[in-house]
Formats: sequence, C-alpha cells, structure tokens
Amino acid sequence: MKKIIAKAYLWVLLALLYAPLIFIGIFSFTEARVLGNWTGFSTQLYANLFTGSMGGGSGLLSAVKNTLLIALIASIVSTLLGTVAAVGIHNMKGRGKAAVQFVNNIPMINPDIITGVSLFLLFVFLHFSQGYVTVVLAHITFCTPYVVLSVLPKLAQMNPNIYEAALDLGAKPSQAFWKVLVPELRPGMITGFLLSFTMSIDDFAVTFFTRGTIGLDTLSTYIYTDARKGGLTPELRPLMTIIFLLILVLLVIFNIRQHRSAVKAQAK
Amino acid sequence: MANDYIIDIQHLSKSFGGVKVLDDINFYIRRGEFITLLGPSGCGKTTLLRQIAGFIAPDEGKILLEGKDISGIPPYERPLNTVFQRYALFPHLDVYDNIAFGLKLQKLPADEIQKRVKRMLKMVSMTDYEDRSVDSLSGGQQQRVAIARALVNYPKVLLLDEPLAALDLKMRKDMQLELKEIHRKMGITFIYVTHDQEEALTLSDTIVVMNEGKIQQIGTPIDIYNEPVNCFVADFIGESNILKGRMIRDRRVAFIKHQFDCVDEGFGEDVPVDVVVRPEDIYFTTDPAKCQFKAKVNSCIFKGVHYEMWVDTDTGYELMIQDYDPYEVGTEVMLYIDPDDIQVMHKERTRNVYDGKMVDESHVEMMGGVFECEPQEGLAEGDEVRAEIRFEDVDLLDHQEDGVVAGEVHFLLYKGNHYHLTILTDEGYHIWVDTNDIWDKGDLVGVNIAPGAIKLSKRND
Amino acid sequence: MIKRSHWSIPYIIFMVVFVVLPLLLIVMYAFQDGNGHFTFANITRFFTDKDSLSTFALSLEIAIENTLICILLGYPAAWILSNKDYNRSAVTAVLFIMPMWINALMRTLATAELFNVLGITLGKGTLLFGMVYDYIPFMIYPIYNTLSRMDKSYAEAAEDLGATPWKVFWKITVPLSLPGVMSGVLMVFMPTVSTFAISEFLTNNKIKLFGTIIQENINSSMWNYGAALAFIMLLIIGISTLFMNNDEKAAEGGLI
Repeated sequence: MKKIIAKAYLWVLLALLYAPLIFIGIFSFTEARVLGNWTGFSTQLYANLFTGSMGGGSGLLSAVKNTLLIALIASIVSTLLGTVAAVGIHNMKGRGKAAVQFVNNIPMINPDIITGVSLFLLFVFLHFSQGYVTVVLAHITFCTPYVVLSVLPKLAQMNPNIYEAALDLGAKPSQAFWKVLVPELRPGMITGFLLSFTMSIDDFAVTFFTRGTIGLDTLSTYIYTDARKGGLTPELRPLMTIIFLLILVLLVIFNIRQHRSAVKAQAK
Repeated sequence: MANDYIIDIQHLSKSFGGVKVLDDINFYIRRGEFITLLGPSGCGKTTLLRQIAGFIAPDEGKILLEGKDISGIPPYERPLNTVFQRYALFPHLDVYDNIAFGLKLQKLPADEIQKRVKRMLKMVSMTDYEDRSVDSLSGGQQQRVAIARALVNYPKVLLLDEPLAALDLKMRKDMQLELKEIHRKMGITFIYVTHDQEEALTLSDTIVVMNEGKIQQIGTPIDIYNEPVNCFVADFIGESNILKGRMIRDRRVAFIKHQFDCVDEGFGEDVPVDVVVRPEDIYFTTDPAKCQFKAKVNSCIFKGVHYEMWVDTDTGYELMIQDYDPYEVGTEVMLYIDPDDIQVMHKERTRNVYDGKMVDESHVEMMGGVFECEPQEGLAEGDEVRAEIRFEDVDLLDHQEDGVVAGEVHFLLYKGNHYHLTILTDEGYHIWVDTNDIWDKGDLVGVNIAPGAIKLSKRND
Repeated sequence: MIKRSHWSIPYIIFMVVFVVLPLLLIVMYAFQDGNGHFTFANITRFFTDKDSLSTFALSLEIAIENTLICILLGYPAAWILSNKDYNRSAVTAVLFIMPMWINALMRTLATAELFNVLGITLGKGTLLFGMVYDYIPFMIYPIYNTLSRMDKSYAEAAEDLGATPWKVFWKITVPLSLPGVMSGVLMVFMPTVSTFAISEFLTNNKIKLFGTIIQENINSSMWNYGAALAFIMLLIIGISTLFMNNDEKAAEGGLI
C-alpha cells in the first residue's frame, strides 16, 4: 500500500513535470500555426526546420547555428582552461587554495543576471564592442568552474605519485601531462565538457546582456524575442522536441556510464 | 674523487611552512649498497628520498651523484628511478606499456624495448602478464610491475619509498626476499625507505635511523641493534629495557639499584647515563653464584617462538625478559646479565633548559607562556635568563587549558619504574618529563611548573 | 623546481578579469552618477521608490513561496527516489533531473502555452506554478543526492537503539539531509529572485520581478541604477551564502 502511494506520488509529479513538454511534442506533428489547434498529423514543421524554408525567415536556423558554435568553442576552451587550473588548484595549499576555490564558486552561485550584468559592465568599462567574442568569453566564465569541479575529484582519486612517476621515468612535464594526466582525468574532463556544453546551450541571461546590438541571436534570445513579439514560430515546436529527446538520450548514456564506472570501482 | 660513493649528501636542509623537516643531513652511499632510511612517520625520510629523486628542491645543501651536484637537475633528467609507495602504475596502460613507458620516451628501437621489457618481466616472475590491465593485478603483482618499470631503465640508483607497506604480512616477507635477490642480481644501489624496523634489519647493508629531521645513527643492522647510540634508536629498533644508570668508573655501571660489570669505557667516573638491555639478554639462573639480582614474575605471555615476561626486581623496577622457557607468575627468579649485553649511552640531556625573559621579579616568560617563579634577587624586568627545570618537576595536566602552555605527548619511554615523556608544545618547544602517571602518545596535556622548581640564571650573550 | 600549483595561474588571471573585476564594477557603477562622480543617490533612490520596493518585496515573497513549495513537494519525491524499497530504477531519478538540462525558457514557454490553451488566465497563480515547475528538479536533485549517499548504518544504529521508523526519519534522516536541502534552497531561491524572462512569459508581462527591473534599467542605458539594483542583489546573495557556507559540500552536491 505504502509502495503504491509512493510510486503514484512520483508518477503524478513526473506527469505534471512533463505535461508541457509532451504537449509541445504532440503539437509538433501538426501544421497549425497556432498552438493548440490540431489540423491533422503532419511532419511538415520538421521538414521546414531541416530545409530552412519557414515562414519566419532564417532567423531560427542561424540562431541554432550560433548556439551550437558558441557552445562548442566555449566548452572546448573551458575544458582545457579548467583542467589545467584544476591540476594547479589540486596542488595548491592553504589560503591560496581556499581563495581560488572561493572565486571559482562565484559564477556558480551568482544568478545569471548578476553574471550577465557584471560582464556587460566590464565590456562597457573596457570599451570592448560586444558580439560573438564577448558572448564566448562570458560563456567560458560560467562554464569553467564546472570543469574545475568535475576534474578536481578525479585528481583526488588519482594516485598522487602518478605524475611524478612519469617524470621519474624520464617524461618532461608536458609529456607527463599528455601521456599520464590527461588519460587519467579524461572522465572528469568529459563530464566537465558535457556540463559546459549544456550550460552554454541553456544560457539566456548572460548571452542576453553580452551579445551587444549587432543582432546576434542564440536559440534562447531568439525564443525570448519571438515570444515577446507574440507569435511563436511554429517550427520551434519540432526543434524543442528534438532537443528534448537529444538531452534525454545524452543523460541516459551518461548515467549508464557513471553507473558502470561506479560498479567497476566497487568491484575493485 | 677517489672513493666509491655513488651518492654523497652534504648539509641538506628543508623546511615546510617554517617546520624543519630535514636538518643538516650528511651521509654517503656506496656503490651497490642496499641502504635503508628508517624512522617513524614524519621523521623526514620520505622527504629525503624525494629530494634525491628530484621532486623536492632542497633549501640548503647538495646532493652529489658520482661527484656531480644534481640538486638543480629536474627528475626526468636524473639517472635514478623510483618505486612509489602505492606503486603509481599508470591505470590506462597495460603491464607491458607501463614497463615500456620510460624506454619509449627515450625513443629506443621497438625490438630493443621488447627485449628489455621481456627480460624485466622474467626477472620479476611476471612473464605471462604483459597484456593484463594493471587494475586486474594483486598488490604483490603490481609491486613487481612497479619494480620492473623502474629497473628497466637501468638506473644508477633505485629509490624505493615504503614499497611493501600496502602488502599483507606474508606477502611482505616473500617480497623482502625477492627484493634482496633482485638487488643481488642487478648490482644496482638501492635506497629504501621504511618505518618497519624488522624490514630494515632484514634487507639492509646499512641503516640510517632518522627522527625529527635528523640522522640518529648510521650503521650495519647488527651495529644498530646491539649498540644503539641513544634512547630513541634503542626504543625504535627491537624491544628493549631502557633504564637510568650511572657510570661508576670504566667497565662498571649501576642501574636498577645494582652494580654490573660492563665493557664500556671512557664515560668518566660517576656520570649519569642511559642503559639499554635487550629482553633476550637477561638470563635466568638457578646458580646463586651467578645471580646478580632477584625478581618476581608478574606476567608471562606466549609470543610464538618465545615467552615474554615482565618481572618486578627486588629493587622496585620492572623489566621485560624474553626466554624460551616460561616461568609461572609469582615465581621468584634469579637473574644475571652478561657484561657484553649491557649497552651504555650518553645521556642526551639531564634537565630541561630554556631561554626566557623576566616579566617581573616573580614571573618569567618562556616557551610562549608566563610561568610564576620564586622572587629573584638581582633579576629585573626584561632580563634575559636561562631557566632549568628537572624532568620530574614538570606537572602534566589532563586539560590543556589548565596549563601555562599546552602540548601533546610526542614520544614516551618506559624506564623500568617511571615514564620519560617528550611533550611537544603548541609553540613547538620540547619539554622532557619524568612521571609515574600513565599517558599515551598523542594525549593532549597542559603543562605547569611549580614556582620553586624553576632555577633561573642570568644569560650574558 | 616543478610547481604544479602554478598551473592555476592562467585561470586565476582569467577569473580576476572576468569574475572579480566585473563584480567590483557593479559596486563601482552602483556608487557613481552618470558623470562618474561618487554618489549614494542610486541606492537611496531604490529605498525611496515605492515601485522598486514593492517589486523587490514581491520578488522575495514569490521566491520564498516557491522555495517552500519546492521543499514540500520535492523532499518526499527525493526520499522516495532514494529509498530502495520504493524505487530501484536509476532511470526514474534521471527523469526527475532531466528538466534541469533543458533550456528554462523553452520549458517556461511550453508551460505558458499550455496554460493559454487550457484557458487559464496568466497571473500570480500561474507564475508561482510555473516557477515551482521550473525549479523543483533543482530541489529534488541535491536532496536525492545526499539521501542516497547517506550511510544506512546511521538509521540502523538508531533503530538498534530503539527508534521507531518515524523517529528515525525525523531525528536521523532529516537532520543529515539538511545540507542537501540547503544546496537546493541555494539553487532555487536566488534564481527565482533574479529571473526576468520567466516571469514575463508566465504573467504575460503583468507582474514584474526584481530581475525584470534590473534588465529594463540596463537595457535602457540606466547603467548606474541597474548596477545599484544588481549590487543590492549581490548583498542578498552574499548574506545567504554566508548562512549556507557552513557546509561547503552542499554546493558541490548540487550538479550532476
């Protein structure tokens, strides 16, 4: 009985949580311009999305491209910067270490709007014209802390002598980094990269404040402007459905991997 | 240099955050020797090894390898290799690639690498394991791979940092024998770090006993066991009865309120000393003519090969004796000690001495605290003084906050009828205390000294 | 010789420029007028402006309500998820976490559209509902994490000492899971105060939250006043993190 109530509670909550997404998913398979009207099953919206022949112009497509490109650059840079930084932080001691970790936490604790406004003021202050570069820099700022936090535990688990063992066997510091540290830290780096990528794709507020006035749109800012205009581009429905499924698949894969490595660690 | 020193360490010092971890270390290592750095954790032995390997730069001093100073050379250019404490095998590489790691970096031809790796695998009896992942190996097997990975580069010196610490007892014993065999076969100098005195005695040609950043004694295992130079070494290596004594004249020493013949000379007459007698060197006898003193057995425990007995002497001391034959508790026994088996040592100190400063005429500041003393004539506020306190006059209190200074029990020795403790205060001072109370290592204590027990004299320097 | 601690230097420089300096700029702009002269005017303006103050109060109210509802609904869910008797599947847990990874704007938009289609008028009710909907995964996840990592032997020890399951829950499980709740609060409360797009979508721009007025000021080039508002928000964050900082692990237990 208890079990049934417990299960029911979970599933009701899940149903509520997913209702809007499922709603969007269902209505992505009809052609109606207005959401909620069912004019028969059709994959026309998907076709429009992939051929780029949509009523609202090519804005959506270029927003998607921007989003992916920015996310890719930002997460690659963040992964490299964050991994090297994590190795450094791991080997620091005392107050210096505490201070760096504190500052590293700031972008994670700060609401997006603060990060966005503060970076906006920075670029204004430095007379840096805002656009692609500033958005990427801003994304690196809030992604790198997650990489650092994903790599640090791997460093803690790692045998502290492994790097030294490589030097001892004749590897130069750079060789020791690529041949020994990177393979060891790879799981943490991948986690950090994926986190960065999703954070970057999801971001709205920071992009909003740092994109300047050159008309640069990511998916989030496109949706925001689109929604404020009142008429939601219908092709957003299939796009949202695809993204939704993609993330579901990614997360499941990711969790299975984690589960496996946990099992492996236990077996040892 | 016309000597066979492969490594010569000169005036090496290192501090971490103001704490001196190594303090003016000097010693040399002969080519082909198996030398062990032995000491309790925190004695500086691992720091010393890591400096030789090149992972830590010394603050002062030199490390000469075949006469050339290598202290400025990075680890990857030193012809030395290390076997790490938990092996530090590369988990993403298999056994073969782990061993070949160094050779591949040297860009040796593939067939040469293969030949050498195979040879090493054979030497550590791991021939069929080359494709195995290192995670699938047992501790002992990982250990062998770690040794092979280091030796395959033909280092001039092999450094081993507590390599057997993670193995169970049985495996450890087997690996000790194998290490000795590998050392013999390769003829390479081994520098071995351990806190296990038995391991050190078994393996080494030479042992360097270290404590608190200083070398206590260097010698062969037999020297170190039979002739420890101080209480620390005597206590750390093997079991021992360490007792307060008095050298009466050459070859005659008094302890446990009896006089004994001994073989030590040159201490002077009527000089306080410490005496070490190993428990297996106190003999039972039924011959009243041989008997030097009597005692009563108060406990007897079977230890596998021998029995360990504690006896109370007729003069009120407690001694440990090991013998193959047990004596029942309560038995009156007659005992004697051979002159050869009595090891007499200089006392390192006979009282506590500190520099202090008068706060007012009846208070002195020392060791970071202000102690009350008896009103001093001829000493005024601000005078620099030297304070002397006898070991038995230091009071230890259960609660740190009750003492003038706070510290913890750092080291303790049982001296037959009392304990001799070393207290390390929070400010980093040592205080030596004789007490009848039972304390454990690591106990937090407050330290107080009765005003009458502080002997002050003016310092002129 | 080899100081691997120096590897953090590039990142430290990066953080000084892109994290520390920008925050200092918020403070600087907050205390300057349009001509760059020092002034308290921006701050006093906020405290004397009825609209700003009421927006601020409303934001706090919504944020507190949202956080409380998230705890009330989320804690049981996290507990059930972490309890082996009720749930053994990791996939169910993933399903609860997944919305965290989907663009909040998209989800909010979907919710708003659903309300529209269902004919529900957008207002404070829908705002709160949408907020809970948006943020509850951020509450469930850290609680679930602490609960499932909790050493079962605590509960067993308590039972062994005679505690009933109900007592075990209140005296052992709940106190030990507080770090998770704290980090959940941190992840829900702050974003709720500061959000702007979400409230605009969910109320059809009828209700303004604190984030919205910051955004409006910055966007209409009133940087100094916008910075002052951001500064006030920073103060709130600083104070609330100080309260939470007792348990540093809480913040880390947050994400994946």
